[in-house]
Amino acid sequence: MSDGVILAAKDLTKEFKGFFAVEGVNLQVRRGQIHALIGPNGAGKTTCFNLLTKFLPPTRGSITYKGEDITSMSPADIARLGLVRSFQISAVFPHLTAMENVRIALQRKRGDSFDFWRSQKVLSEFNDEARSLLNDVGLSEFENTNASDLSYGRKRALEIATTLALNPEMLLLDEPMAGMAQEDIERISALIKRISANRTILMVEHNLSVVASLSDTITVLARGKVLAEGNYATVSKDERVIEAYIGAGHG
Amino acid sequence: MTAVTETETTGIAVQQARAGMPLHHVAIFVALLAAGLVAPFLLYPVFLMKVLCFALFACAFNLLLGYGGLLSFGHAAYFGSASYIAAHAAKVWGLSPELAILSGTLAAAVLGLAIGSLAIRRQGIYFAMVTLAFAQMVFFFSLQAPFTGGEDGIQAVPRGNLFGLLSLRSDFTLYFVVLAITLGGLLLIYRIIHSPFGQVLKAIRENEPRAVSLGYRVNRYKLAVFVLSATLAGLAGSTKALVFQLASLTDVHWSMSGEVVLMTLIGGMGTVFGPIVGAAIIVTMQNYLATFGAWVTIIQGCIFVVCVMLFREGIVGVIAKWIRKPL
Ligand SMILES: Nc1ncnc2c1ncn2[C@@H]1O[C@H](COP(=O)(O)OP(=O)(O)OP(=O)(O)O)[C@@H](O)[C@H]1O
Ligand SMILES: [Mg+2]
Repeated sequence: MSDGVILAAKDLTKEFKGFFAVEGVNLQVRRGQIHALIGPNGAGKTTCFNLLTKFLPPTRGSITYKGEDITSMSPADIARLGLVRSFQISAVFPHLTAMENVRIALQRKRGDSFDFWRSQKVLSEFNDEARSLLNDVGLSEFENTNASDLSYGRKRALEIATTLALNPEMLLLDEPMAGMAQEDIERISALIKRISANRTILMVEHNLSVVASLSDTITVLARGKVLAEGNYATVSKDERVIEAYIGAGHG
Repeated sequence: MTAVTETETTGIAVQQARAGMPLHHVAIFVALLAAGLVAPFLLYPVFLMKVLCFALFACAFNLLLGYGGLLSFGHAAYFGSASYIAAHAAKVWGLSPELAILSGTLAAAVLGLAIGSLAIRRQGIYFAMVTLAFAQMVFFFSLQAPFTGGEDGIQAVPRGNLFGLLSLRSDFTLYFVVLAITLGGLLLIYRIIHSPFGQVLKAIRENEPRAVSLGYRVNRYKLAVFVLSATLAGLAGSTKALVFQLASLTDVHWSMSGEVVLMTLIGGMGTVFGPIVGAAIIVTMQNYLATFGAWVTIIQGCIFVVCVMLFREGIVGVIAKWIRKPL
């Protein structure tokens, strides 16, 4: 394995009752890069994320993060190593306020929160940090709004703020900008660009202009297999990629 | 003695207020305390103590269901076995009432740890089934074990002297002890809900995968809340054994598990005060409709159906919606 690779998957495979959602995927994400994972609907991108973060156990293959084999680790422990994912469908805590949502992540700094005898007042030490994270994603005025009352785009923004609250070394973002208005897309793109300065990001995204402007490396997945890999210029000219996208459009 | 327990509980209330209990919650706790102090002059203390014990039981159950998002169909196991152990401790070991209650409560905690660590590996309906299955095992054990007295139960449990000093023979005196235990239990539950731990619990209830992705080992939190809930259910069961001077199969029967679900849903699951209201309604009904015999169950069923149809959030849940404040 070459230097500078932070996350590597080898022969990653997931079989659902005879159907291979992901098959023999080899993936190397280099430290500090924004790496995009693209492909038509049903290509296996989300399944890949689920495997890499162990939300699903792989049928076959191995995963290495920072040189450590994490194939048999639990998803919570993987998150604790600094490899944090987001979800394709919006994943907020609906009956908690935006501030409380972010604080749930900040609270992890305390270690385990089993102290049921203490007042939650102790969590107010995280308020300033939570506010500044909400500000970063443009949610300042919504800190006391329940997450369930936010628009879809704002929920996605809240998720990003929550993920960033863990200050993870590596982020796996599953379509972070799906369902967002254009101005939000621009804000979040800029945010992703900014936070990538000292982090590694693996991102699934359908918006190809976002992919083109942000990513250093692109891996194209189709029918569970890696079709092509390279920078945007290379990948966008690849005939198999063009065919896969058009083919999917027909099928 | 009653004076001491009063200042104790108000002391806790004041502390909570400083720690940020919203004013309307403080008001409700104060009103509950006031009502609790006046009630024995107006109503039968034994009836009131029954309401208190079941209110605590239902709140303990609601901690697991309403805040942990876990539906246990076997909470009678903790309530009932604590009741047996407390009765046995007071009668056979001759322990003083506070130690008898402590023994029962600890037994429920241990049982909760054992059953909980197996049950939390399952989700949803399978979780409910596992808890029910274990509760049935506890029931059959209680039926067969020599110390439980089989069909007769453990009768004539001595109430003894509190801390070896205060005789609890009088219902009136015992009432104030039960009031202190219940209010103490309720304040503890309130604190658990509003602690850093409670905050993680809510996150898990709302979106478990997300909580996992933030690095929370959710099963440990589920187990912790399971044990807390079982322990507090045990506190209610132990206290009940001293009130009625009886531990019997009724306490471990599956219908007891059903009743506590009923109380919680009627009052409002996931609300702080709902289960208290639910428990008061069910116990009152059972008491005043006792002459109807088997019909009580049917009337209860009808009320349950009506409640579920009319206010799905339970009585207190609906009120909370009206006034737009969490209750
Ligand atoms: N739990 C599951 N059981 C069975 N099949 C599944 C399961 N999860 C995913 N699949 C199938 O695996 C394939 C890949 O799904 P996946 O969600 O990974 O695609 P994707 O690339 O993320 O698509 P999209 O762009 O629509 O999000 C799909 O055909 C899907 O139906
Ligand atoms: Mg997907």
